[in-house]
Amino acid sequence: MLNNSLDKNMESAEVCIVGGGLIGLTLALALSSTGLEVAIVERVDLQDTISSEFDGRATAISNGSAQVIKGIGLWNLVSDQLSPINDIRVSDKNSLFFLHYDHTEVGNEPLGYIIENRLLRLSLLKKIKEQNRISLLAPAKITEINKSPNKVQLKLADGRKIKSQLLLACDGKNSSLRESTGIPVTSWNYNQSSIVFSVFHEISHDNLAHELFLPGGPFAILPMVDLNGRHRSAVVWTDSKSLIPSLLALKEEEFISELYKRFGDFLGKLEIVGSKWTYPLSLLHAQRYIDHRFALVGDAAHSIHPIAGQGLNMGIRDIAALSEVIVDARRLGADIGLSETLSAYERWRRFDNLVLAVVTDTINKLFSNDIPPVRTARRFGLGTINEVAPLRRALMRHAMGTMGELPRLIRGESL
Amino acid sequence: MTSKVIRYKMTEKTKNSVENGSVDPIEMEKFRAMANEWWDPEGKFKPLHKINPLRVEYIRNNVSQHFNLDKNSLLPFSGLKVLDIGCGGGLLCEPMARLGATVTGIDVLSENIEIAKIHSEETSLSITYRKASIEELVSENKEFDIILNMEVVEHVVNIEDFLDNCANTVSQNGLLFFSTLNRTPKSFLLAIIGAEYILRWLPRGTHDWKKFIKPSEITNILLKAEIEVRDLTGVTFNPLNGLWSANTSDLEVNYMGYGKKFNT
Ligand SMILES: Cc1cc2nc3c(=O)[nH]c(=O)nc-3n(C[C@H](O)[C@H](O)[C@H](O)COP(=O)(O)OP(=O)(O)OC[C@H]3O[C@@H](n4cnc5c(N)ncnc54)[C@H](O)[C@@H]3O)c2cc1C
Repeated sequence: MLNNSLDKNMESAEVCIVGGGLIGLTLALALSSTGLEVAIVERVDLQDTISSEFDGRATAISNGSAQVIKGIGLWNLVSDQLSPINDIRVSDKNSLFFLHYDHTEVGNEPLGYIIENRLLRLSLLKKIKEQNRISLLAPAKITEINKSPNKVQLKLADGRKIKSQLLLACDGKNSSLRESTGIPVTSWNYNQSSIVFSVFHEISHDNLAHELFLPGGPFAILPMVDLNGRHRSAVVWTDSKSLIPSLLALKEEEFISELYKRFGDFLGKLEIVGSKWTYPLSLLHAQRYIDHRFALVGDAAHSIHPIAGQGLNMGIRDIAALSEVIVDARRLGADIGLSETLSAYERWRRFDNLVLAVVTDTINKLFSNDIPPVRTARRFGLGTINEVAPLRRALMRHAMGTMGELPRLIRGESL
Repeated sequence: MTSKVIRYKMTEKTKNSVENGSVDPIEMEKFRAMANEWWDPEGKFKPLHKINPLRVEYIRNNVSQHFNLDKNSLLPFSGLKVLDIGCGGGLLCEPMARLGATVTGIDVLSENIEIAKIHSEETSLSITYRKASIEELVSENKEFDIILNMEVVEHVVNIEDFLDNCANTVSQNGLLFFSTLNRTPKSFLLAIIGAEYILRWLPRGTHDWKKFIKPSEITNILLKAEIEVRDLTGVTFNPLNGLWSANTSDLEVNYMGYGKKFNT
């Protein structure tokens, strides 16, 4: 049993999470669902993060991630905001639909779902407010981190302190915790950015997702749920960095005509909904995920090219693995911050994440160009994949997040 | 070895315990030398750290079943009083406390008690640590729902007296757990030459093979002390992956078990 501290400014929790992004919030819910006491420290006011201007992304959630969402009790809150993906059609400029994933090949479940980040965040926050085992400290600025053999203590600018057994960094790609812990990363910039926005269109998307490989980068059309009775899709338009400012400077009609050139007219007339957001792309992978009473989770550990829509899904798999090793240790009365527990997490996740980082990097390099021999090679390659059903099924299961030795949450079991 | 025994000064309390049969001064001296290393998971006690989760799991599962508790909750032992005999640096007391139990750890070495106290302060766990022998607790009429005797019985001078005293502190419907080493040709080879020396399980000389106890012996001794043994499980070591596992069919070397106090 934990002793109550005499210091009024001292909060104590078993786990302290830094970063209240999608990963930090989901992790907090997973851990607290087992009975653990969790504190979340987030630097911005979370109210701002749910405004419609904050994050315009819609994310493809794999089936594995959907299981985790169910496992943490969030399903009822988000189910009517999820748009199932029944088929993914991949093509390049010259050949429409040369690779095509059909969900009926791997069972009758959809391949995944599209959800707006903002709505997911809203549901996560709502669920967290219902949880008395999670204390949310936001906005908060960390001024000091003290690690001792048996605990980690954070000091905040307002004088509060948080004592915990384990510090989990969910502070995103530019993780300052990762940096101050001295964990080296492998990283490079893609000379690409993604413009993200959503469109209304006349014809129903029939729950098909499309990915076109264009010389500037992949162009994705993701089926969203209808809004006010109108059909809607999310667009992730990746192009070379140098082109982005001029694209964004275009007048609305000019932008739309550029859009048609890529999007085509198979969904009828297009209309842009709301704002456009731009995200510069880079690859980053931490060389280790753990340190003394410390672990990296989500984008803080790995940030990859959005070409396969896997970034958040990787982080959710991290959450499933990490919360499992933590709760298993805790159910044996162990100190949850011990390196043995954390190493099990790192062994479980790091290689898998590395493989996905390399695969997405390779696909992007192979496709984001206009060199004829490469073009032939990749068409041959993907054509072959299409021919070999077992291989395709395996790739698809990976895309759906249900391959390898899976954590209980991903398998749809309870923690 | 002899020089160490001479250097060891007995306090009044330990002298009493020795005379009452629970503490062998030679055994104590050997452990004293190791006490500082209790909490280093990579240190001399690495094997204990490695085997600990298996023991806790065994205790947790059987206690949960017996008292009808949810083993997946984080505090299944809330309200239960646990006594850990020969608690050492607190390796077993701390998990028990985290699982919600009210824990008392006793050890005859004050150095161990000091280490255990310091560590539980650092981990913010409230545990009662006492330098005491089981006889003292009996004379104070103390009672516990769960008594843990892990790797203790093979060190005591008189196992019958010792277990009888233990049984006297088990409450109605309470459980007594033990783990020890079997006296077999295989354990002779493994525990003395193999496990203790080659596998560095515990520093050489910690155990005296003649004092190892057969499952039938401990079962009979406990029966006389009015404790009915409910389960015996082997604990086997795989030298290839360095992992311990429970094995119900191999009690040749290490084994653990538990019994329930007779209803009176
Ligand atoms: C264009 C684009 C499209 C994508 N599409 C998909 C997709 O379809 N499918 C998919 O799975 N993934 C996708 N991703 C990836 C996905 O968006 C990210 O992997 C995910 O958002 C990462 O979440 P996170 O919580 O780890 O990090 P972040 O969202 O970066 O959150 C980090 C949080 O930590 C806070 N923070 C930072 N520093 C501190 C500090 N010092 N103290 C306190 N708080 C701090 C921040 O304020 C923020 O709230 C896409 C990414 C991009 C760029």
